[in-house]
Amino acid sequence: MLLRRDLLKVMTLGSLAAGFPGLMFARADTETRLVVIILRGAMDGMAMLAPYGDGNYARLRGPLALAPPGHEGGVLKADGLFGIHPAMEHTHSLYLQKQALFVHAVATPYRERSHFDGQDHLESGSSNGYFKRDGWLNRALQPLAGHDGNESAIAISQNTPLLLRGSQPVTSWAPSRMPDAEDDTLIRLQSLYANDPFFAKRLRQALDSQEIAGGMSGSRQGRGNQQKQMEELMKATAKFIAVPKGPRIAVLESGGWDTHARQGAASGSLANKFASLDKGIAVLQQGLGDVWSKSVVMVITEFGRTARVNGTGGTDHGTASAMLLAGGAVNGGRVIADWPGLSASNLYQDRDLYPTTDMRSIFKGLLAQHLGLQERFLDKSVFPDKKPVQMTNNLVNLQLV
Amino acid sequence: MNIYPAIAANRFGLGARPGELEQLHKDPESALLAQLGGPSAKPAELSQLPRSDAVLAEVLQIRQAQREAKKKAGDNPGSRENRKYASVVRSHYVDQVGARVRHAIQTDYPFHERLVRFWSNHFAVSADKQPVSALAGLFENEAIRQNLDGNFYKLLLAVETHPAMILYLDNERSIGSGSMIANAGKRRRREQRSLGINENLAREILELHTLGVDGGYTQADVTAFAKVLTGWSIGSDRGRFRAGRPGAFLFRENAHEPGSQVIMGERFQQHGFDQGAAVLQKLAMDTSTARFIATKLVRHFVADKPPAEMVDRLTNVYLDSGGDLPAVHAALVTSKEPWQQPLSKYKTPEEFVISTYRAFDYAPDRAKNVIGALEQMGQMPMRPGSPEGWPDTAEQWGGADALYKRIEWANAMALFTGSRLNPLEVGKSALGANFSTQTHKAIARAESTVQGMTLLLASPDFQRR
Repeated sequence: MLLRRDLLKVMTLGSLAAGFPGLMFARADTETRLVVIILRGAMDGMAMLAPYGDGNYARLRGPLALAPPGHEGGVLKADGLFGIHPAMEHTHSLYLQKQALFVHAVATPYRERSHFDGQDHLESGSSNGYFKRDGWLNRALQPLAGHDGNESAIAISQNTPLLLRGSQPVTSWAPSRMPDAEDDTLIRLQSLYANDPFFAKRLRQALDSQEIAGGMSGSRQGRGNQQKQMEELMKATAKFIAVPKGPRIAVLESGGWDTHARQGAASGSLANKFASLDKGIAVLQQGLGDVWSKSVVMVITEFGRTARVNGTGGTDHGTASAMLLAGGAVNGGRVIADWPGLSASNLYQDRDLYPTTDMRSIFKGLLAQHLGLQERFLDKSVFPDKKPVQMTNNLVNLQLV
Repeated sequence: MNIYPAIAANRFGLGARPGELEQLHKDPESALLAQLGGPSAKPAELSQLPRSDAVLAEVLQIRQAQREAKKKAGDNPGSRENRKYASVVRSHYVDQVGARVRHAIQTDYPFHERLVRFWSNHFAVSADKQPVSALAGLFENEAIRQNLDGNFYKLLLAVETHPAMILYLDNERSIGSGSMIANAGKRRRREQRSLGINENLAREILELHTLGVDGGYTQADVTAFAKVLTGWSIGSDRGRFRAGRPGAFLFRENAHEPGSQVIMGERFQQHGFDQGAAVLQKLAMDTSTARFIATKLVRHFVADKPPAEMVDRLTNVYLDSGGDLPAVHAALVTSKEPWQQPLSKYKTPEEFVISTYRAFDYAPDRAKNVIGALEQMGQMPMRPGSPEGWPDTAEQWGGADALYKRIEWANAMALFTGSRLNPLEVGKSALGANFSTQTHKAIARAESTVQGMTLLLASPDFQRR
């Protein structure tokens, strides 16, 4: 039943979106906006925000280590310890304008390493996976009723991610054409087909003929495709949430972050992902126009990756990662990190970045400071742990609320 | 759980729905045999469809009005009547495909439904010919679905007298040169050209429906049989051929070639309609027919290269039982080969799509999306493009691009279900013991439920039956 209802919603909104006459700006539109981008597959936080100033970093990361600022392929300087991945130039410029903020060594309470369970924790906001069937952002919607009976949140996705599922009505939209499969999925299919000549031969032929094979090794063509898809979604997101009485919260998903092999450093497949995320944020900012000043884009992932490089030029499932907040409303230009350090004894189980910040303290801070929700409500209904979740303060420029 | 429930649900059925393997677990063979009679009541999805005679009368009437409008307005292909005809035909087609897909997804008699589909493909009427597209799904329900409980002759007769088949193979205007209509026409010279025999139906009955192309018939047999079938037509309420009920089968005595005919060495002296029925009866019990059908059934249910011993066994069951379909179908189940051979059949696009929806336990409301997806994968529903029907071997479905389209569709379906369905659970409930550790591992390692579901649906385990 759920499937059917969601599908119908997708249809209605699809036609609605077509009717939006470009960008319409608010006259008395004071509402803040929140865009959440879920990176599925466990984004390598130490690649997005490299602790180049940590004495153990270069040794630990080996071929994946990014050079210090000012060197060829070097990170874009955030501060004396951290640098932003060189593919994220726009984000760096936002950082310099104090419109981007990073949090490092951050994780959900989940300490295993399964993507599915990790994403359930990330999106349900639970400390034990207990309330698995609804998302913390949906639970937070109750005081944020939309205008004229419209939903206050939209999933820019073919289905509604767990983060937005629950008793509060939300809407969704996705481009009507069949989306391309992620390159990473095709690579995994190739290995799944390896022992079955019938399938293996045909997939190889198909990829050859579509020149997708080139894209997989990081050529321009493949990157172009992915980037286009991300841009298209961001453009649509901007259209939906810029409208004064439309939804004020949007959730997007991006796959292909599970970089077990040949992830590359300053360039390569992961660098391409960062570039496309970076471009997507720029497109969103442009599309939002004035509304950008009231907006926060939050980029999150289920967990981090191993501190050390593995045998195939990639990284395996880890624990703590990094997150990004960008937007005109963000109190940015800084990195929030209780940095645990990278010496062997400081690593979690001698392999992962040690988590020092509960990701939910950022969620809670944003819900309170950016969306104006009461802390009591958040403790009771959104993160109902026995011991209240901490809250990180000063995430946004409060005068804008 | 052992492999047998998975074989029962996937090789004989349409793919397991959640819980189906558990139901089959106790005694898969008996559970399949119990499905042979089909559902006792007409399935809900199908009972809402109109009858073919009403639909045919409706579209023929629109076409007639269109012709008249054309005469008045001159040649104007974009006229309203023209568009109306196309849109009415199309909407019947879409309704029928939708009902057919939803029924296949929801049915508790998937083995029976697979047999229905096997036989409607054996007797293919392709919806690319107008107005057959408005009738193809109804043909399956009226001629095939209701006639799998008796002998092959009963099915054959129902098929060859269905208006969709008559129209598809051009028999409605096949007129014997010695018939009353032809004799009357000869007196009015200008009509002579449009009167005559059409061999199409007779040839395809011999080649595709009964004996098979190497079944031992000659061109003389085709011609004689075509004469026998003259007058097998459709009723009309207008013009010179006004007779019978519009849109329903009609034997036109006055178009029938009188006299006896010799086919395959046997003289048929019956009069009128009975002559054709007698030929069909003979063809139904021919050894070539028995072998042709046994081969096709075994190829469909067991392997692209049908095991010879099993084909022999089914041929004998067919001949010994007088072409009794339930007996032949039961012999598929009680043979050892289907339970021993690895699941080697590459699903057709339709089987792939239906088994996916069954695995999700979800029937889509909108047929258009399903039609679009199947067209991309190379199997536009009910449109095989020829009376031969869809091919039944992996080589013929195995284009590289077609596989890629399946992967894209699998990815789209995975995006659609998102994290609402766990691909490992779906894999277990759909594939049972046939869920390979390799695929299981790949899914468990996937970066998201979406990726995991894509891998499951695109896996060799899921794409074979």
